[in-house]
Amino acid sequence: MMANSGTLALAAWLLPALSFLVLAIVYPLRRLGKPAAWFSILCAGAAFASAVMAWRIQSVAAHPVHLVWPWLPSGGKTIADVGVLVDAQSTIMLCLVSLVSLLVQLYSVGYLHDEPAPAFGRYYAYQSLFAFSMMGLALAPNLLQLFMCWELVGLCSYLLIGYWYQRPAAARAAVKAFWITKAGDVGMLVGIVMLYRLAGTFDLTELHSLAATNALPLAGLSIITFCLYLGAMGKSAQFPFHVWLPDAMEGPTPVSALIHAATMVTAGVYLLVRTDWLFALTPNVLLIVAWVGAFTALLAAVLACVQDDIKRVLAYSTVSQLGYMMTAIGAGVAAAGFLHLLTHGLFKALLFLGAGSVIHAVGSNDLPNMGGLARRMPQTATVFIIGTLSLAGIPLFGGYLSKEEILGAVWGAHLTGPFLLLMLVAGLTAFYMFRVVFLAFFGTPSPVARVTHAHAAHASHAHGAHATTAGTAARVAHTDMHNEAVVEGAHVNETPHAHEPPVTMLLPLWVLALGTMAVGVMSTLHLGVGRVLLDAPEEAAPAWLTPSAVGVAVAGILLAWLTYQARLINAASLAAAFGPIRSAALRKFWIDDVFEGIYGVVLLGFSRIVGWIDRYLVDGVLNVLSDWTVQAGDELRGIQTGKPQDYVYGIGAGVLVLILLMRLVF
Amino acid sequence: MGLQPYLILSAVVFCIGLFGVTTRRNTIGILLGIELMMNAVNINLVAFARYNGVAAGMVFTVFTICITVTEAALGLAIVILLFRVRRTVMADHLDLLKG
Repeated sequence: MMANSGTLALAAWLLPALSFLVLAIVYPLRRLGKPAAWFSILCAGAAFASAVMAWRIQSVAAHPVHLVWPWLPSGGKTIADVGVLVDAQSTIMLCLVSLVSLLVQLYSVGYLHDEPAPAFGRYYAYQSLFAFSMMGLALAPNLLQLFMCWELVGLCSYLLIGYWYQRPAAARAAVKAFWITKAGDVGMLVGIVMLYRLAGTFDLTELHSLAATNALPLAGLSIITFCLYLGAMGKSAQFPFHVWLPDAMEGPTPVSALIHAATMVTAGVYLLVRTDWLFALTPNVLLIVAWVGAFTALLAAVLACVQDDIKRVLAYSTVSQLGYMMTAIGAGVAAAGFLHLLTHGLFKALLFLGAGSVIHAVGSNDLPNMGGLARRMPQTATVFIIGTLSLAGIPLFGGYLSKEEILGAVWGAHLTGPFLLLMLVAGLTAFYMFRVVFLAFFGTPSPVARVTHAHAAHASHAHGAHATTAGTAARVAHTDMHNEAVVEGAHVNETPHAHEPPVTMLLPLWVLALGTMAVGVMSTLHLGVGRVLLDAPEEAAPAWLTPSAVGVAVAGILLAWLTYQARLINAASLAAAFGPIRSAALRKFWIDDVFEGIYGVVLLGFSRIVGWIDRYLVDGVLNVLSDWTVQAGDELRGIQTGKPQDYVYGIGAGVLVLILLMRLVF
Repeated sequence: MGLQPYLILSAVVFCIGLFGVTTRRNTIGILLGIELMMNAVNINLVAFARYNGVAAGMVFTVFTICITVTEAALGLAIVILLFRVRRTVMADHLDLLKG
């Protein structure tokens, strides 16, 4: 193959498209399930290989490669091109997307193994479409292609959240995610069009050079950047648009790992990173970005502390970390946000896949049903703890460097308020993640859980414990089991049914864990991965920053250990100490209620008014008119005698009238 | 002879036909009336063709005669079918289109 990063990136982009088209068109292949899955995985693997090669070439190349074809021709020139813009940022994003996509597709083979074959094939068609769209977003040379791919990933998110569309909760969550992100997208589209009016181009490179030479008029630019930020808010789940992300956990866990942790939700951050030179011209919008980001980080971290559903904890943690990235961009150091995007993509995918492995084994999402899993699933526990330490920002682990960079950047930008919020969040993050670790992997297995396994095994003699994996069956079975635990406690089976997942699931976990560790070790020991990853200027962070950030994280871990492992602090009294906050957090700070209120009162009220107008005014006028017509017809029907001769008289009279008219008038 | 006698003849035939169409109760009678009216038109066409020395009128007449023949055939077929279905060919009994 020609060693051209543009061609390679194009290949990486189009391979999933090929897979999607084949799966979509070749109906028998899709219905077969497994072969469709392996075909899609093959394409994803090839895409990953080309992405890595493109990155290797581009990371040492001097100039970005701009490989485009004209699109939307208009009056001799083209309004927009379609193609790829290959530079260091886009290729590394390409690597992340293709890697996580490949691993998640591989993992899903094991995770969804008892899905019916047609649904399985459909899942892989969606997965391929998502990989194609997300890579197109990463490589987009102009805002129009970016927006198109942006909507496509939104569509894939909708389709995959609603993968179990028979479940009302999943269908509802899919619609919620779609609408809320759409609300932001409208703002984004407005921003893009206004920017086109201002600059006369959609092309990112041209816009960049315009911005660099101060050729862009500053008047009105704030509105444009704010509109773009609205889109990013919706996609990246910033307050108050974060409400869709926790609900999106209704989708299969691998989907959550890919779309709602590693890639799609970071599209908003990526957009801001791609256009940071534009945002740099509007410091007031950047200030909003920073404050909203920091506030989102804190809000989501508090919410994560009270969740019992392991996936929801991770979902709020994702929202919180997205807040981190946004704050870094708001502080004007987009490179730090981008670095955190990459490391977060790795370790959050790892955490989600680890959680999926736990759910796969236990058959429930709820932490109280877990416990003591470390002995039964040592490998899963190990990789999950690696992910948790990365998220907590412990040195030698993946998230350490990027978190320090962000904190340093925010401090360097003199944003003391967001900085304090982020420090608090760092402690909370460590606390809630280790709460999950201690509750799920240590301590004693809960009796409910044991009955759960027993019943699951009982219910399906052939498969053993993991016969009811995630999905409707698990949910239904779980509630059934609950009742049964009360009714017949004697049915308890002590055999440890929870066990390690199959190799297709373990392999992605270990790849991600080792990747996270490699990034962490190299960055901590200053092996220069940070310099390889991005060409950011070294932030002059104060010397006390690193110890205090790590100290806060360790304090959070210690608190979690004291509360949930050593039981020196009673969890109930800790909860009581934070009584009002806790009860508010349990109600999700009423944000969902506010949305529902807006929907219920304002929107439905408006619809009622419109409905009344339609029913009584519009319909009324039409009914009156139609009544008149009918009456007139009734009156006039007497003319029609049905006798042929009468019609002849009519024709004769008509001819006479015409002749008279010709004579008299013309 | 000038044009006028032909036109008068044509008008007379047309009026007889029109009278037949409007007054006959029998559907076949109505069809005969229509035939007469068509032939009045034919007389007109031929007369004007001779008067102006243009052959087109003659050609049209041939066409009209052909069409008249088909029209008569179709009309009679319809009348026969009508009789089979309704057992009558009296026009004042055939008022299915009455409003």
